[in-house]
Amino acid sequence: MTAIACDRVSLALGGRTILADVSLEIAEGEFVGVLGSNGSGKTTLMRAILGVIPTSGGSIRVFETSVRRGNPMIGYAPQVRSPVAHSRLRGWDFVASVVDGHRWGLPWRGTAGRKDIDRALALVDATSLAQRPISELSGGERQRLLIAQALVGAPKLLLLDEPLISLDPPRQQAVIDMVRDIAGKLALTVLFSAHEINPLLGALDRVLYLGNTHAALGSVDQVITSPVLSRLYGADIEVIRLRGRIFVMSRGHDLERDAHQHEHNHVH
Amino acid sequence: MIFAYDFMRNAFVASGIVALVAGAVGYFLVLRGQTFAGHALSHVGFAGATGAVLIGLPPLAGLAGFTLMAGIGIGLLGDRLSGRDVAIGMVLSLSLGFGLLFLHFYTSFATQATAVLFGNVLAVDRETLWMLGGLGAICLAALAAVSRPLIFASLQAEIAEAKGVSPRLIAVLFLAVVAIAVAESSQIVGVLLVFTLMVGPAAAAQRLTGRLWLGVALSVALALIDAWGGLTLAFYTDWPTSFWITALSGLVYFAALLKA
Repeated sequence: MTAIACDRVSLALGGRTILADVSLEIAEGEFVGVLGSNGSGKTTLMRAILGVIPTSGGSIRVFETSVRRGNPMIGYAPQVRSPVAHSRLRGWDFVASVVDGHRWGLPWRGTAGRKDIDRALALVDATSLAQRPISELSGGERQRLLIAQALVGAPKLLLLDEPLISLDPPRQQAVIDMVRDIAGKLALTVLFSAHEINPLLGALDRVLYLGNTHAALGSVDQVITSPVLSRLYGADIEVIRLRGRIFVMSRGHDLERDAHQHEHNHVH
Repeated sequence: MIFAYDFMRNAFVASGIVALVAGAVGYFLVLRGQTFAGHALSHVGFAGATGAVLIGLPPLAGLAGFTLMAGIGIGLLGDRLSGRDVAIGMVLSLSLGFGLLFLHFYTSFATQATAVLFGNVLAVDRETLWMLGGLGAICLAALAAVSRPLIFASLQAEIAEAKGVSPRLIAVLFLAVVAIAVAESSQIVGVLLVFTLMVGPAAAAQRLTGRLWLGVALSVALALIDAWGGLTLAFYTDWPTSFWITALSGLVYFAALLKA
């Protein structure tokens, strides 16, 4: 089955075209790394798949039905934002808020709801973590809660927006391994956005690279090449492979590294 | 013997109702980081209360009417209001200015001004008690009705939006609830000291427990302790009730800071 099918999709945000005429298909069970510079449309594409942002052209289908807000087939982990990070609420209540959170009334969750929360927390190994206040958790621990929250309700597609941001390399690897492991166990399709390709090299099935309103989907060898990336960046790009790592360079600068650095300064 | 007086019995019932409402609503106000909005609403209420007195209506009606309109307005403006400290500050002073003007035209200027600004729980009569009870019931019922999406949107706005919750609608409904709670609270501690009942107990509760519903219960309990403790101390010392309530609220909050 096709998990995501984009047919000549165009997306615009505040009058600016983010993606133009993009067609692609992602099969069920695929682990796709979503890459591209800041503002290339990684978040916008995810929000369009969630039905939050309407397409300005073309159509997106998720598991062969049209996109709609509140699709229970999709689990979503947005980028961690600071307000929640300072909350003194314990993680359990944070994860639990997602259970039927769209319904009116008091949040009675029932036994089934509570079991589902505990199952999701166990999947990311955060059962004891969830008893502590969110403000006392590290970035990696908060990320695990965010992924647990996305797993509530047994979705078939996970949209993870920059789960590696502001994590050090060992913790980045731990998050990738964990997601890969869960996705394999539960036969999930995963869209995993990141600034840098290298941490994801061992985990992903295909890369979706966005830039300059275009998109390229394929294996690492097909997409991370000088001609493809030059088109996506609208500049001369050199791809250098060194001891199993890939460097995307423009006039001597490492583009992915620069983007990451920029985001670091931005967050703190 | 404290309950031997009719006005003391009224005061205890009134502050009990208000503590229940302020403690519960205040918890979510602190959770959402919107305490400044609560503060702003109380100032707008001052113009409403004094304006109502001027045209012969009960101050509570004017207060609730004005805060409700302002609450819905703030909710509708939403994100466009964030970072607009100057604009909000100007609206606050403008409201206080109008309140002053209305008081100027009213003859018993000083007593009325003090009552609206700093509260006068000992003057609560039967009629006001019924209004407090009615508004309080509406407020808590509305809070219960929106609580599930409210918690969701407060903790995870983007995900809530993706699941079909409208953060804007939730913000408007919640601020309408806050507006009523502010109007109620100003009956006890006055518009200037609304923070003491709506934010103090809630903030202390959030420092003491990370469990959501335990936190709401604790917030209500602390608000009750502040309000009833303040009344009792005022009765025996003859100092102003609002002073004692702020003193207890401050004490509890700073003790919670030290503990956590």
